[in-house]
Amino acid sequence: MRGSGTIQVNRCGPQSRPLVSGDMRTISLTINRNRVTSEIPDNRLLIDFIRYDLGLTGTKEGCGVGVCGACTVLLDNQPISSCIALAVVSDGCEITTIEGLAEGEPLHALQQAFVDRGGFQCGICTPGQILAAKALLDSNPHPTREQIQAWMMGNLCRCTGYYKIIESIYAAARTTSGESRKQATPSDPPRGQGEGFRRGRI
Amino acid sequence: MIAFTYIEPANIEEALNTLAQYGDEAKPIAGGTGLINLMKQQLVQPGYLIGLRRLSELKAMSSSVPSPDQGKARWESSAPGGLGIGSLCTLRTLETSPLIRQYAPLLAEATRQVGTIRIRSMATIGGALAHADPSEDLPPAMIALDARVQLRSRTRVREIPAAEFFTGYYETVIQPDELVTEVAIPPQPPVTGVAYIKFLPQTQNDYATVAAAARLGLQADRISDVRVALGAVGATPLRARKLEDHLYGQIPTSAALRHAAELVADMVDPIADFRGSASYKREMAVVITRRALTQAAAMAQCRRAG
Repeated sequence: MRGSGTIQVNRCGPQSRPLVSGDMRTISLTINRNRVTSEIPDNRLLIDFIRYDLGLTGTKEGCGVGVCGACTVLLDNQPISSCIALAVVSDGCEITTIEGLAEGEPLHALQQAFVDRGGFQCGICTPGQILAAKALLDSNPHPTREQIQAWMMGNLCRCTGYYKIIESIYAAARTTSGESRKQATPSDPPRGQGEGFRRGRI
Repeated sequence: MIAFTYIEPANIEEALNTLAQYGDEAKPIAGGTGLINLMKQQLVQPGYLIGLRRLSELKAMSSSVPSPDQGKARWESSAPGGLGIGSLCTLRTLETSPLIRQYAPLLAEATRQVGTIRIRSMATIGGALAHADPSEDLPPAMIALDARVQLRSRTRVREIPAAEFFTGYYETVIQPDELVTEVAIPPQPPVTGVAYIKFLPQTQNDYATVAAAARLGLQADRISDVRVALGAVGATPLRARKLEDHLYGQIPTSAALRHAAELVADMVDPIADFRGSASYKREMAVVITRRALTQAAAMAQCRRAG
């Protein structure tokens, strides 16, 4: 994925989702700063395009219904669930997967923070966590712990209990002080959602 | 995933012509966060998907209030002095829009609580209306705002009040050849307080167990305007007209609001599911309605004083 030039399209699947003959279409997009042109059936899901057609298996499938966040990728810098998106919506757009977060050899600050702070255990939710966090820090470079919690609420983890994930993101935000101080968007809520939900101490 | 043909019209005319051509074999798709799941479960199996993502005319907002994020709408907003929201505006756009926060904060508050950040990045206001899950957050807020939904086909335009838009579980008045094109928020009464309370006793990234939207306007000490709408309490969102009629002209004391909220117990018909039994939801509908009324009244009184 590093460097310029075209990506080799690697058809290694999709055994679990048989290719349906019929309508094919050509899509062109930028993925992880690389230009890709690919022929896909109309009904190809974005997650399958990424994992099987492009061989980028860093993006994981968890629930398959858009709830757990394991399949989070960035579409034009916005976090989306790739398991409930059609591949065709990436046509003409930019996709970032976990493989594309780091530029060159050094890890991105978020990745390094997750390593340093123990922000993952089994790792299955981690690509999604990190990409969702990337979108948060793009929108709000210096979030409070409460803002992190509210934004990251949709990325589920069965291992860590979330404390280390939030700490990792909080730490990563503090190490990116070299970047220009962007004004946080007023969107980011100071509190979590809903009433009746008991908020833990962090 | 089922097989289908995906068509991506370049503009609204093309989209409406395509819908007219394929009728109920075709489904429009915007963000797809609702529709793709229905298709994965094979509850909906369209032969043709009409992708709307190129219809930039439907991604603008218009208003008579000058605002930094005002785009160029394709046509004059149908609510002069009000706010016209293109149907393809994403929930994330609505959530962060200074225009919506200033002019329709109730809508911003409800939108902010939908699902997760990923859902809000893709889901659109038009899609939320068309999907019509009775537990959604936007419909009660839109009913409380007296919002109107614009539907266009190749041959006609019509506007439906939000309270009349939903006809059943995942059912609306939309005809197979129609697209939701705009949501119009009319000018709101002065000295108004609003609230949207989403009761989520289990997980935060879920639909409401029950939800209530309220708008209260005051003249002198008395309630001069009131709208109450409930979500997740039946096959469609519910406008609590009996409660509104009861409250009109009253002073919003806590006793008055408490007594009024009790009226919803007989109005709701909640479905028992993993979020709770019907009787539990009925009981909580009363509680959440009371909280929404209290919050809206407090906000209205604040505005009157300030």
